Amino acid sequence: MGLALLVVIWLITFISTYFFAAKTWWLPHGASTAARFIDGQFTLTFVLMGIVFVAAQVALGYFAWKYRDRPSAPPVAYSHGNVKLEIVWTALTTILFIGLNLMGYPVWAANRWEPARPGAMQVEVTGMQFAWYFRYPGPDGRYGRTSPKLMDPSAGGEAAVGLDTSDPAAKDDVVTGSLYLPVNREVDLTLRSVDVIHSFFVPSLRFKQDAVPGLMIHMHFTPTEVGDYEIACAELCGLGHYKMHGMVHVLSQEDYEKWMAAREAEKQ
Amino acid sequence: MATRATVHAHAAPQGFIRKYIFSLDHKVIGIQYIFLALTAVWVGMFLSLLMRIHLYWPNAVLPLIGEIKPETYTALLTMHGTIMVFFVLTTAPQGGFGNYFLPIQIGAPDMAFPVLNMLSFWTTFVAFVVMIAAFFVQGGAPLHGWTGYPPLSAVQSAGPGEGLGADLWITSIAIFCIASLMGALNFLTTTLDMRAKGMTMMRMPLTVWSWFITAMLGLLAFGVLLSAGILLLLDRNLGTSFYVPLVVVNGVQMGHKGGSPLLWQHLFWFFGHPEVYIAILPGMGVTSQILSTFSRKPIFGYRAMVYAMLTIGFFGFMVWGHHMFMSGMSPYSAFAFSILTMCIGVPSAIKTFNWLGTMMKGRIRFTTPMLYAIGFVSLFVSGGLSGPFLAQPVLDIQLHDTYFVVGHFHLIMGVAAIFGMFAATYYWVPKMFGRMMNEFWGRVHFFITLIGTYAIFMPMHYLGMAGGTRRYSSYLEVGYLTKLMPLHEFMTYAAIITIAAQFIFVINLFSSIFKGPKASDNPWEATTLEWTTATPPPHDNFNGMTPVVHNGPYEYGVPGAPKDYVMQTDTPVTVAGAH
Repeated sequence: MGLALLVVIWLITFISTYFFAAKTWWLPHGASTAARFIDGQFTLTFVLMGIVFVAAQVALGYFAWKYRDRPSAPPVAYSHGNVKLEIVWTALTTILFIGLNLMGYPVWAANRWEPARPGAMQVEVTGMQFAWYFRYPGPDGRYGRTSPKLMDPSAGGEAAVGLDTSDPAAKDDVVTGSLYLPVNREVDLTLRSVDVIHSFFVPSLRFKQDAVPGLMIHMHFTPTEVGDYEIACAELCGLGHYKMHGMVHVLSQEDYEKWMAAREAEKQ
Repeated sequence: MATRATVHAHAAPQGFIRKYIFSLDHKVIGIQYIFLALTAVWVGMFLSLLMRIHLYWPNAVLPLIGEIKPETYTALLTMHGTIMVFFVLTTAPQGGFGNYFLPIQIGAPDMAFPVLNMLSFWTTFVAFVVMIAAFFVQGGAPLHGWTGYPPLSAVQSAGPGEGLGADLWITSIAIFCIASLMGALNFLTTTLDMRAKGMTMMRMPLTVWSWFITAMLGLLAFGVLLSAGILLLLDRNLGTSFYVPLVVVNGVQMGHKGGSPLLWQHLFWFFGHPEVYIAILPGMGVTSQILSTFSRKPIFGYRAMVYAMLTIGFFGFMVWGHHMFMSGMSPYSAFAFSILTMCIGVPSAIKTFNWLGTMMKGRIRFTTPMLYAIGFVSLFVSGGLSGPFLAQPVLDIQLHDTYFVVGHFHLIMGVAAIFGMFAATYYWVPKMFGRMMNEFWGRVHFFITLIGTYAIFMPMHYLGMAGGTRRYSSYLEVGYLTKLMPLHEFMTYAAIITIAAQFIFVINLFSSIFKGPKASDNPWEATTLEWTTATPPPHDNFNGMTPVVHNGPYEYGVPGAPKDYVMQTDTPVTVAGAH
């Protein structure tokens, strides 16, 4: 029985670890400035925790087999423990866990403590059951007024976010169903939700933030590679949660300007 | 103590109803809790089976149930989570085994407040009935998840199931809170006041410590959830705005104004995080007890184990914010919450080291309870080590609300806690029903369940790393998620096999209760007080006697002792060089 346990526990350990280490399924390719740091911290955590995981499971299986009761087994070591050992491993785990945690902070601080740099591109993200809308303030750099009374989700676009077209600042606002961004330019998102909590999650950009009704949450990031990236809602928002997806299209500066010019032309 | 015990003594009841239904006997109440949890766990497990089937065969039309629609799926996950957390993980380890064995293990004739004890069971029962009723009302069960975040859970038009179903859901939880508060009070009083002569706090079995600390957590946590739940009911039905700001749902402006959705999250997780420890601490206690018993060795670092549990309980109340790193909560507080969360890793690691230290240089007897205790340690390690990923806010950017989280908490607070219950069942059924369980089928059940558990929950980590969001009724709507379907396929097959294997357990349990070989008073050659009394124990536990305790709870392999174990009531053996 000891041997069976050893074999099962070791097999489980090695198979589980293999699929992590072989990166059969891993974080998707990262395409934002934060990705490199987040992935580095993830890998570091993975290596350290992986070592502890394998060591503990291997020891567990080995002990089960080695100290199985059998006629030839030596008498048990009568002991209530070892205070020195307890202090050593308490100290070691404290250093490991706290140290690991502190190492992640520069990235967190850059992402969440510091605001976007002045001149970052502004986009407002609105979540509602079950769609995302993106609003660009247009050449005047100001968002027009929106009103809950004007919101009409079934109409989509401007009407869905409740844009008040009588406001002059709203005249050049562009509302889209996909997010278009120029590459290598920081974007300052303003996240809001009109009904329930949603979460704006773009795995490839290493970006996630809840959109909460009643709050305007600013969050910034810089995409670094041209490409199309999928958005998935990451907070249960109702029966259509699973299909509340969208796209981020990261374009070259030139393509982005062309795209934006075409949108502004449509507004005229 | 003896006088106090007499005050609480009550005569053995006559008649079926007083004896088995409205019983004041903590043993009967314990068994009632266990059977309630056993019913609940089958319901909860069945719901998860439906979810797994739907994820892999989205168009399947099931007999009797029909087609699973997206809103059915979200209702299933809500009810699965709620039923499992409240009516299984909270009910069986504490209300069930705790109720049965805490008084016996401290040498008391019953709980301190037998009537309160009966009341708390029947209140829990009512809560369960109300919860199940949510399936059968107009609109069905709610779809807001077991965490019930408003505004989704507070606005009736936010989705199907958010009408009467959601009212029943939150009412049931509120009733459950009241029951748990009564239970916690009883456990605390009993532990502090009813211990037999010589049963000092530091001679209590670690199971008793775990139930005691769990009761403290329950007393502090359930009150908060109760108040939060009442506020939610008010928001839902009386138009208050505790949690709901101005919202426009389906184009209709609701009457709410100025509430804070984050307030609910703070209150909910102030309960929710300690709840994790309410589920797992009794499992830790029983694992310690069983590892020591079957390694034939004293527990390694008894005091360290007690302090570790106290520390876990203490820090458990200061880390709720780690569920909210992505919620819009201040990113500065994330720093504090995450450091404190890492601190919980330390006592958890101490416990693991000490379990390994207990097995080391022992003479391990591989009974089924021992297998499950070893399985608990394995799962505790696996589930625990994904914690330091999730405790880092910067990694939560990628992992929050993905299957990585689902894998993490299922391994540790879900299945590890369940393994604790399996261990407790195989260990204590001989005492409770006077019959041994079948060892062969116990082992078969163990190996299938252990391998199956890993096969279901380990792939969830891979899925989560790849960005696999949770609570999705289908993975076919988003391109990158569709590519992850093979993982879902594998997990679905693993779940079907593992769930099927649970029939082995139930059949073994019931056939053993009725037909198993008769158990002696101390079949495991264990040391704690429940093994000093008759099997099954008489109504007042010790046949009118009050045990006197001379020894610590885990005196195995004592050099110079006549047997390889010294019971707590035996005259102490002086050991040269023991510490």
